[in-house]
Amino acid sequence: MHFEYQIEGGNFTRAGFASSEIKKMMKQLNVDLGIIKRTVVATYEAEVNVVAHAYSGTIYVDFDEEKVVIKLVDEGPGIDDINQAMTEGYSTASSTVREMGFGAGMGLPNMKKNADDLQITSEVGKGTTVIITMFFAKSEQ
Amino acid sequence: MDGKYFHHALKFRKEVCIGCSHCMNVCPTQAIRIREGKAELMDNYCVDCGKCYRACPVGAIIVEQDDFSQIFRYQQRVALIPSVLMGQFPEEVSLTQISSVLMELGFTHIYEVEHGVEVLRDQIVSYMENHKDNKPLMSAFCPAIVRLIQVRFPTLTENLVHLKPPLEIAASFYKQMLIDQGNEEDEIGIFYITPCAAKIAAVKSPVGQDDSPITGVINMDFIFNKVYTTVKKGFIGKNTCQIPDMAPLKSTGVTWSATNGEAANIPGRTLAIDEISNVIEFLEQLENEEKQDIDFLELRACDESCAGGILTSSNRFYTVERMRNRAAFAKSEEQKGNYRYTSPGSVVQYTDFLRDNARVGSIQPRSMDKLDEDIAQAMKKMKKVHEIMDVLPYVDCGLCGSPKCSSLAEDIVQGQAQMNQCIFVQKRMEQQGTLKSDDSMQIMKQIWGAEKFQDNNNQNV
Ligand SMILES: Nc1ncnc2c1ncn2[C@@H]1O[C@H](COP(=O)(O)OP(=O)(O)O)[C@@H](O)[C@H]1O
Ligand SMILES: [Mg+2]
Repeated sequence: MHFEYQIEGGNFTRAGFASSEIKKMMKQLNVDLGIIKRTVVATYEAEVNVVAHAYSGTIYVDFDEEKVVIKLVDEGPGIDDINQAMTEGYSTASSTVREMGFGAGMGLPNMKKNADDLQITSEVGKGTTVIITMFFAKSEQ
Repeated sequence: MDGKYFHHALKFRKEVCIGCSHCMNVCPTQAIRIREGKAELMDNYCVDCGKCYRACPVGAIIVEQDDFSQIFRYQQRVALIPSVLMGQFPEEVSLTQISSVLMELGFTHIYEVEHGVEVLRDQIVSYMENHKDNKPLMSAFCPAIVRLIQVRFPTLTENLVHLKPPLEIAASFYKQMLIDQGNEEDEIGIFYITPCAAKIAAVKSPVGQDDSPITGVINMDFIFNKVYTTVKKGFIGKNTCQIPDMAPLKSTGVTWSATNGEAANIPGRTLAIDEISNVIEFLEQLENEEKQDIDFLELRACDESCAGGILTSSNRFYTVERMRNRAAFAKSEEQKGNYRYTSPGSVVQYTDFLRDNARVGSIQPRSMDKLDEDIAQAMKKMKKVHEIMDVLPYVDCGLCGSPKCSSLAEDIVQGQAQMNQCIFVQKRMEQQGTLKSDDSMQIMKQIWGAEKFQDNNNQNV
């Protein structure tokens, strides 16, 4: 099953909409609660990153019986050094974003921690693509 | 405890219900449907918040109550009264008067529920120390909220503070004290005067406990009417009864059940949120977030917390004002050293006993969102829900007998409703010639009852 959601850069009020929709569907599918939790946290952070750092984006969500694949494609500045961006506490967020309670530099590390699989590709000046994959069977991690 | 049956204190009287759907439209958990002109409750979705009770224009929803005369089955008849009871009355009505009337009604002991909150607060603090990974911890004070979390926010059940509410603590303490004074356990009846339906449900089927030390529940409006009528008749009663065990309640206890009553007394970053829709909105967001620097959440189903309970009689804002005034008075007395709590019959002497009995067992998630236990089946059903949603108008008019288009879609997928219950679908089908006008009338009658579609010549509309 396939779904798409649009993300508007700079609009924090709507951030979390896609995460909430995905959460609701995973509850409907009776997925293990711990897995739902991890999915929602990872997706929410990814959504917020598009809002905070990019101009606009689209989330593509694909469910099958084993997994959900959440792909966030944005148009934005891109990330120059992904490894650096992945380090805890690293952030280029503006002070206004920080005042809103975002920009602690923990988004990407938390996504890494919570996602079963995380792929990030980016082209500076064009945009970033983040792919989060979550499996429904309880893994022994 | 994934048991199918949840005790509900709210009862729908079919013979009184006019099928107006007001209750269905206000239900925050979408637990009500209209069938054959009557409201029906879907038991497993209801959290006993009581919104429907307030919305019903004809009194078709009632709060079940134990027969008052049952108190006389016991030799020791304890009335457990919450601080909001006192808050129901204008300031000139004294606690002594209220107690006198309760004694006249047949109680032998009167005890204010919130005497144990200091003991509870210390318990909460040490619970928080031991459960730092489950931040933010959420109060289990309000039973409607506990159930809401179980059914709607199952991922948050482990954030609930697994400790008994003040009511249970006061009841266990008082019972134990009476036993220690030489009474037989089966001679003791403990009756709680409740401001809401959720507490009744919690007493009748406690979550995470085998059973409750509370024998029965009496609705607060019943007691309010008794007391107020008596006082209005000129009853002074100030000195007519020797109230046993009535050490004055401390200020913390007086306002514990008001909004911010708990949160203000818990260390760290705390928030107090009242009214169930506010709580739902907040928890919805909370579920998305990873790191939490909130330590404790006080969550209450009613606006203005227990002062806004559905069985209260006084305006909730006045009630809160009176509770705050009383707390301020208590505070100044405490500071003057006028209140002593070490006397026999003080809950403080039972601190150890209460500590050993404070925990509740596990509070299980009971997610009501799942479409099927089996993921492949659930996936099929979810697909179908989305297909149906593409056809439905997204108007949430409720004419199909379900509160929202999405609830109708789920009802259809679960075999509980038909696509053509939707008025928009009916109109389309009529236009296409696939549904006769008579048939669509028949469908509407099945939902709303035949009466609503009868010509009534006597009415000049
Ligand atoms: N979608 C994105 N587009 C551009 N830059 C991004 C994007 N996501 C993350 N970044 C960069 O990576 C850094 C770290 O991201 P993150 O760990 O989420 O921390 P934060 O968002 O709090 O700054 C960000 O400050 C930003 O420079
Ligand atoms: Mg981020």
